[in-house]
Formats: sequence, structure tokens, C-alpha cells
Amino acid sequence: MRAAADRMVGPELAARKLIAGRVARDIPEGWNVNLGIGIPTLVADLVPEGREVMFQSENGILGMGPAPEGEVDPWLVNAGKQNVTLRPGASLFDHALSFAMIRGGHIDLCVLGALEVSERGDLANWSTSSNDTAPAVGGAMDLAVGAKRIWIAMDHTTKQGASKLVEQCSYPLTAAGCVKRIYTNLATIDVTERGFEVIELIGGTTFETVQTHTAAKLHRGKGLV
Amino acid sequence: MIDKQVTSLADAMAGITDGSVVLVGGFGQVGHPMALIDALIEQGAKDLTIVCNNAGVGRSGLPRLMKLGRVRKIVCSYPRTAAVFSELYAAGQLELEITPQGTLAERIRAGGAGIGGFYTRTGAGTLLAQGKETRSIDGKDYVFETPLRGDVALIEAWEADRFGNLTYRGSGRNFNPVMVTAAALSIVQVQRVVEAGTIVPEAVVTPGLFVNRVVEVPYAPPFAAIEY
Repeated sequence: MRAAADRMVGPELAARKLIAGRVARDIPEGWNVNLGIGIPTLVADLVPEGREVMFQSENGILGMGPAPEGEVDPWLVNAGKQNVTLRPGASLFDHALSFAMIRGGHIDLCVLGALEVSERGDLANWSTSSNDTAPAVGGAMDLAVGAKRIWIAMDHTTKQGASKLVEQCSYPLTAAGCVKRIYTNLATIDVTERGFEVIELIGGTTFETVQTHTAAKLHRGKGLV
Repeated sequence: MIDKQVTSLADAMAGITDGSVVLVGGFGQVGHPMALIDALIEQGAKDLTIVCNNAGVGRSGLPRLMKLGRVRKIVCSYPRTAAVFSELYAAGQLELEITPQGTLAERIRAGGAGIGGFYTRTGAGTLLAQGKETRSIDGKDYVFETPLRGDVALIEAWEADRFGNLTYRGSGRNFNPVMVTAAALSIVQVQRVVEAGTIVPEAVVTPGLFVNRVVEVPYAPPFAAIEY
């Protein structure tokens, strides 16, 4: 069983690393951060050299390090059940304490993937229908309501080209009104009182192009020409 | 003399009855008591309710117990790890209670700590709050969740002494220290049993009073990195 990020190769992985790298760039020193599966998992390895960030894994690790090079400790896995290492200053604990950290507002940031995000910050990322053939929620709902802020790292559209930024989510919600910022392959977008606010355009993309790929109204953020 | 060690896996399983609610520790394969699950398969109890974060991996352990038709219901946050689960669930042969991971841990903690339930923001306004009481506290919606207890807990720890004091290794704690507080009969598989007094009291994670039986099963490490 491997996380999705692990199966990515070549151009797809490179594109996803670009998204993850922008998230990593914006995480200040000293934050305690939980990373979801997929693009978010890539963030850990892309934090600029010398900046100390404490990564939390909901299965009971604070101070998680990268995948092992060489010797593997089979008892150390992340939330995606991949082998990881510990950094100096790490601690280990049980699930009750781990989710006290998460629900209790002690985690500064959680980076998650999404199926859809609405302009009010509603998040859908756990199920594609109310008649799911095998529903699985994991820790997504706890993280979405509990972390101080939720950032989403995802492709702007589905593989079929449909916008993942929407006026209203069509999939079952993970949590309402929780998303603060979205990093996609086209733009960085804050969720504000007036809706989606574009604060950064990626790789020469124009505001109008991003709007074309978005199924909700976009606003120009401050500093965006 | 207090001595909770039993010498065989069969002895460890004695008295588990049909219809039991069984709390099973572990996150993926780490801290997951594979030898105890195999022993439960041998022991024969059926019509079981399994409470576990995942539904096992591959074909052995929990998937085998399910495949044998011995599981009536599973309470789980992320069951999609095992193809057997998906098959049985789709065929209507297995009942599922899907519970957010933190809520699952806290329901078990409440069960073990004598708490009659709790309100959590997790799941408020979602499908998983349907049929549950929701109330506004300080302007935010909270969902009422009930405590969860087991007739039996099966967990894995690293070391034990004859008093049942336990230590854990790496990320192998996960649900284990919580589950062992919330069952009428707590059965622990450990990598090794050490002399009483060897475990430094400050290093004990699970105090022995929560543990009924300890069985020593030195086995190969969990196979987290293996792909199925």
C-alpha cells in the first residue's frame, strides 16, 4: 500500500513538486504542521534549508523527518503508512493525545488535498458520493475543524478538466468554511469574505486564464496587477 | 505472585465468546497484533464486532477473519485498506460504522475513562453527523459522540513485565494505550517479556492494571514498506 505521491513519476511529479514547493516556501519557522496524503506529503522535503518546522503525523509523531536513506525502522510510519525518520527534538505519543493536538488548535497548519473547495471555504475531500461503495474518512474531518488553518494543495482542475474550485461543493463535505488558502498549478488563492481572491499567478498564467478554469468568481488580490 | 504472562496464544484467547466487541490496535501494520488475530481465527469466536482504525491489509489477519464470515460489523475510520472489506461491504455481508479517526480514539478514551460521551466539532454539518445530536457551544456546532468499550482488546506493545506494564516502540503506540483501557479483557502481544523492575517506572506508558494477559511473540518487524 503506497501513497499516491509515491506512484507519481516524471512530469506529473515535477508539476506536483512545484505546487508543494510554494506551500513549503510560505511555512514560517517554528510552525507545527500536519501534511495530508498526495501533494501535501511532498511539502516536508521542500522546506528551505535551515528553517525549522515540526511535522506532525496523526498516528503519533511530532518532529517527523523524511523517508529513510539506508536503514529503515519498520515501526516508524507516517499517516500514509510509508516509512519515515525522526528529527532531533521528535516525540512519540498515542492517538488520543495526537487528536487532542489536532482538535485542540495546537497545530498551526494542515495541508490537505481536495476534491472540491467552495468559495466559502467548504472542503470536500473524503467521499465522491453519499452512496460510497467503501467510504473512508481517516483523520480528515478532525484536521479540517481542528488545525488553526487549512491550506489546500491540489491541481486546479480534475483530469477531465472540471474546476475543483466551485461555488458550492457537490461532494459530501469534510468540513464547512475551513479552507484559508489554495495552492494550484495555476495560482495561489486566498478564501476571504468576498470569496476566492487570487494572490499569485503561476508561470505566466493570466488572471483571465485562471478565471476560465474556475467555476466560481475570482477576485484580484492586493498586489496582483 | 502477580503474573499476567500466558505461555500460549491459545491460552491468551480463552473465554472470548461469540458476539464480542473486539478492539484491535494498530495503525496500518504498526502496533497491529497479527499473532493475536491469527489466534482469534483459530479460537473460533464469531458474530464479532471489530473496532480498528483500518480493516487490515492483504489477505491475512483481519481480512481473513472477515473472509471467514466471522465479523458482523466493523467500526473503522479508514477501512479501504483491504480489498476483502470492500467486497464484503459491497455485497452487504458486513456492517460498517465509519467514524472519524480522532473521534474513534476519543470514543474509546471516553469508554476507558468512565466518560459518558462528548461533543466534538469533527463531523458537524457532514453526512457523519446524521442521526446524532448537534448543539451549539460558543457559537460553533458540536456533534455528540458516545463512548465505545470492548469485551476484548487485542493490542501489540514492545516490552512487558509480569505486572503488565507496557512500553511501545516508534509509532507503534497509536490506538494501543487507549484501547487497553476500554475493554473488559485486555490481551497484549509483546516482542519480549522482561524481568520485573527492568522497565523504568517513568518509561511505563501503559500501567499494568489495564492489562489482563501478556503473551510473548517475538516476530518479524511490521511490513509497512511492502507493497500489496
